[in-house]
Amino acid sequence: MRLLNLFKIATKAIILNKTRTLLTMLGIIIGVASVIAMLAIGEGSKESIRTSISAMGSNMITIKAGADTRGGVRQEASVMESLTLSDYEAIKAQSTLISYSSPVVEGRGQVINGSSNWPSSIYGVNPEYLNIKVVGLQSGSMFTDAEVQTASKVAVIGQTVVENVFPDGEEPVGQMIRFNNIPFKVIGVLEEKGENTFGQDQDDVVIAPYTTVQKRILAIDHLNQIMASAISEEKAPEAVLEVSNILRVQHKLTDSNDDDFTVRSMEELISTFSSTSEMLTILLVAVASISLLIGGIGIMNIMYVSVKERTKEIGLRMAVGGKGSDILMQFLIEAILISITGGVLGVLLGLGATVFIEKFLNWPTSVALYSIVISFAVCAVTGIFFGWYPARKASALDPITALRYE
Amino acid sequence: MSKAIIKIEDLKREFTMGTETVHALKGISFDIKEGEFVTIMGSSGSGKSTMLNILGCLDQPTSGTYEIDGVRVKDLSRNELATIRNEKIGFIFQSYNLLARTSAIENVELPLLYNSKVSTEERRKRAIEALEKVGLGERLHHTPSQLSGGQQQRVAIARSLVNNPVMILADEATGNLDTRTSYEIMSLFQELNKQGITITFVTHEPDIATFSSRTIVLKDGQVMQDYNNHNVQSAANELAKLPKQDD
Repeated sequence: MRLLNLFKIATKAIILNKTRTLLTMLGIIIGVASVIAMLAIGEGSKESIRTSISAMGSNMITIKAGADTRGGVRQEASVMESLTLSDYEAIKAQSTLISYSSPVVEGRGQVINGSSNWPSSIYGVNPEYLNIKVVGLQSGSMFTDAEVQTASKVAVIGQTVVENVFPDGEEPVGQMIRFNNIPFKVIGVLEEKGENTFGQDQDDVVIAPYTTVQKRILAIDHLNQIMASAISEEKAPEAVLEVSNILRVQHKLTDSNDDDFTVRSMEELISTFSSTSEMLTILLVAVASISLLIGGIGIMNIMYVSVKERTKEIGLRMAVGGKGSDILMQFLIEAILISITGGVLGVLLGLGATVFIEKFLNWPTSVALYSIVISFAVCAVTGIFFGWYPARKASALDPITALRYE
Repeated sequence: MSKAIIKIEDLKREFTMGTETVHALKGISFDIKEGEFVTIMGSSGSGKSTMLNILGCLDQPTSGTYEIDGVRVKDLSRNELATIRNEKIGFIFQSYNLLARTSAIENVELPLLYNSKVSTEERRKRAIEALEKVGLGERLHHTPSQLSGGQQQRVAIARSLVNNPVMILADEATGNLDTRTSYEIMSLFQELNKQGITITFVTHEPDIATFSSRTIVLKDGQVMQDYNNHNVQSAANELAKLPKQDD
């Protein structure tokens, strides 16, 4: 009841000073709106940075057979035959943090088409390989799971191979090539990807079903690698641990045994990604807090002036029975109302600005719900925090002095 | 005999100004009974304002006792004093002290807003009644800037009546008004007094005192005179005697 009355008094005071209230609110409105727009732009940029870093295959995980010692001689990892298809199947079946996975067998050889030939590498994989490497097809199509099952002699080739074995600019899709004298039908051409960070040409590849490569070219039944991608960059380190645990069980390793395999993620890319987004977040939070602080100071300023200006009114209210706490609450409610109303208007303006930026400037934006919740909460807190001092001052006035104040 | 609403005994108030102690009130004693119309007179520096602040529970005496409606005011906290002011005293000021840009009815409702025992409907009803009592039943929604000085003071009087106080305390209530309007206001006070409302009127104008039933004159912080006025003038009659104004 008493609080309701004070609420009415405060509302009345705000309505009586429309212009001044609106000007005060402007600080908060602009503060909140810029926070929301900033965070929306920030989230949008983060999103697009995430996409472009992901395009480098930053969430990729590679599993290789580990080095081992045989009869006192350290063996090269690639010699080991400990990684098998059942390991791949176990990872695929049990892992929860892996979105794509593919067995990998690889070999080198000569690609031949008529009179042209070119030394290249062949990778035996499954169709998910393209998703893991984040590479698309320029023309044609990827082979299917059914073609993997039947060990079909089909291949997808990279740009460098195309240039060297189809020098006359023929359309490679549908043509037959030979790899180490085994005929393959070209069914697709990969997009150009350029060199990787170590200067290796990523376009100098022939991709075929792993079953075909195992049986027809390498005559092996183990795998050289398993490639996978974690569901996100952040989850990659966890995924590495998960895969290791699955493989330890799979390889029946006891606690005293070391891993006979290695699982690696793209540490460098991941740390680039997380440090970039961290920096963006810090920057945005800094901008946001500064604008809200300024808005808050605006409120304190006006409330302070308001208390001075209304000293006589405060004196009267005290004379007719207003307690110090009533006066304190009145001014506090006023400050909170101003900041919350400003907050609501600011959220609306911010959303409007975001739509504008997206539509007319074509910047990627993404409005995060948390930015609305946070800026709104900060608004309310700002109202209380910056309204407290002037309200406190008003409530501590001596009624006699206040009444005589001119 | 009617009961005493105000009991003051050996009331003293001292102020410390730097190293000097100013004795504003030097031992004052008097009672005010229910239904009295008392004027407290005195020139400036007589302790009149200090007396008014203490009577109005805005200030505390240094020593002595002050009782209003059976409540000993000394040693009450700030909040308890606020409650006493809210429930037992109606204030009227020289400069009206109405809230600007606020309608008459809302100004009158103000004291009741601080009394949580009064509901919204009752508050409105009592405010209208009070405004009708002072003859402003037709101007409920006028703001102070739309009212004349006399009318503004009537709103202030309505505000002082709305909480059914045991005493109305007026501070130079006619000081800002011309003779004609002050007589109108005084005649309103006399009417209210006839209805049984106790009024204490602080003033320095001798002619105002002739309308009251009792006058207390203060000088240098002491009661110089305290007499009952046996020949109370009727403000309405005095008003009629004034030369007619050209409209």
